[in-house]
Amino acid sequence: MEEIWNGLLKAVELIARLDPVVVEITARSLFISLTSAFLAALICIPLGGFIEFRSFWGKRAIVNLIQTLYGLPTVTVGLLVFLLISRSGPLGGLHLLFSPAGMIIGQTILVSPVMTGLTISALAGVSPQIKETAKSLGASEAQVILTVIKEARPAVMAAVLLGFGRALSEVGVAMMVGGNIQGYTRVLTTAIALNTSMGDLELSMALGIILITLSLAINLVLGKVQGW
Amino acid sequence: MTFLETRELGKAYGQAQILKDISLSVERGDVLALIGPTGSGKTTLLRLINLLDEPSEGSVIFDGVNITALPEKEKIRARRRMAMVFQKPVMFKGSVRENISFGLNVRKMGDPRKVDESLRAVGLDSFGSRIASTLSGGEMQRTALARALVLEPELLLLDEPTANLDPKSAASIDRLIHDLSRKTTVIMATHNMQQCHRLADRVAVIREGRLTGLGRPEEVLAAVMKQDESFSLPSVTW
Ligand SMILES: Nc1ncnc2c1ncn2[C@@H]1O[C@H](COP(=O)(O)OP(=O)(O)OP(=O)(O)O)[C@@H](O)[C@H]1O
Ligand SMILES: [Mg+2]
Repeated sequence: MEEIWNGLLKAVELIARLDPVVVEITARSLFISLTSAFLAALICIPLGGFIEFRSFWGKRAIVNLIQTLYGLPTVTVGLLVFLLISRSGPLGGLHLLFSPAGMIIGQTILVSPVMTGLTISALAGVSPQIKETAKSLGASEAQVILTVIKEARPAVMAAVLLGFGRALSEVGVAMMVGGNIQGYTRVLTTAIALNTSMGDLELSMALGIILITLSLAINLVLGKVQGW
Repeated sequence: MTFLETRELGKAYGQAQILKDISLSVERGDVLALIGPTGSGKTTLLRLINLLDEPSEGSVIFDGVNITALPEKEKIRARRRMAMVFQKPVMFKGSVRENISFGLNVRKMGDPRKVDESLRAVGLDSFGSRIASTLSGGEMQRTALARALVLEPELLLLDEPTANLDPKSAASIDRLIHDLSRKTTVIMATHNMQQCHRLADRVAVIREGRLTGLGRPEEVLAAVMKQDESFSLPSVTW
């Protein structure tokens, strides 16, 4: 108990004096996960719009599949991306394995189902009368879609934030695809895993506190956004 | 020339035939009132004219063109010459002003002065910056009317435009429709016989999805009253 308490104090100290290692790892984590969430949003919001606004064969099944993939195990995505970008894989020539770019690809894939699924729900939540009002006031099909996305903005923002949160806190992809290379691909989660197993609890706890604080912050913003 | 004409227009939802064999015409600048008991198909008819629903039979001829047969792109162009105010209007997120600008914006014709003008026309001068979702039912209805008026449509489709309003604001909206009708063609669904009398050049009676009377207000209303004992002019609404 004593040891944990001392570790906690030291951890707080590490954060308070902006320890370079702590800052560096936190910044990398934020950069990689924000980029992943941003890329995923670029793909998932239009994709969600497409699925919601078009009727096509197998639509129901696709939506079901997407929802099933919400809880996609991170190690499965890690494995998949590993196979894809490892030297002998189809994208092996791009040398993405054990690089931040590879991690970004992995996290983008990881959060895409949640982001797409929640975008679909968000758009489906806009009342059909809004669509009709827009249409009857002269909106083209594209303008109707844009109007619906605008109306659903808080819920779509929530979808993006939840995706960001999932990317930030996942460890499977970061470990398997990133390789936890110091100063290059080491992020909050992989650093916590490594330092804990090596017995450096101070650093682990410091990074753990930061991770929790970031998650809380995301939740706070989420609450704000949903109140709009 | 006839400005708008419906030819043997019909609409069915599955087995339920909601409208059948509606053939009527409106001249440019006229006000046509659609009256009929609740559930008779007035809203359905307005929606068909506004191209929001596909008719099951028949066609809508607008300014000489069969608009029900047009490809979707050109339907948008036809729709942009009309505007419809729904029975229960919904507001977009944002201010009253943003709501009223909507149609102008989708036409890339945004114009703050026109927005001011139409706010004034419906008596909501001071409401421009209010969040539209906080309006009362009557204020929403007036906002919806302004949102349509600002487009200066050639054809205005009104579904119970004064149903949620107190007598005073209803009277002012009636006046507005009356003034408007000098340059705009109006088709208006209503239960209100007095409103019919005051505003309409012609009245179409719809019962159970069929056109049962068409003509000048005094003729049609007299005929309706003869047919239907339950209904006399002092009881203003259907
Ligand atoms: N999408 C739909 N599916 C099935 N039935 C419908 C649909 N829309 C309307 N109806 C039915 O069509 C009939 C006519 O409806 P409509 O809304 O046109 O009546 P209305 O004359 O406008 O009535 P009110 O005066 O109450 O507004 C009603 O019986 C209604 O239940
Ligand atoms: Mg109706």
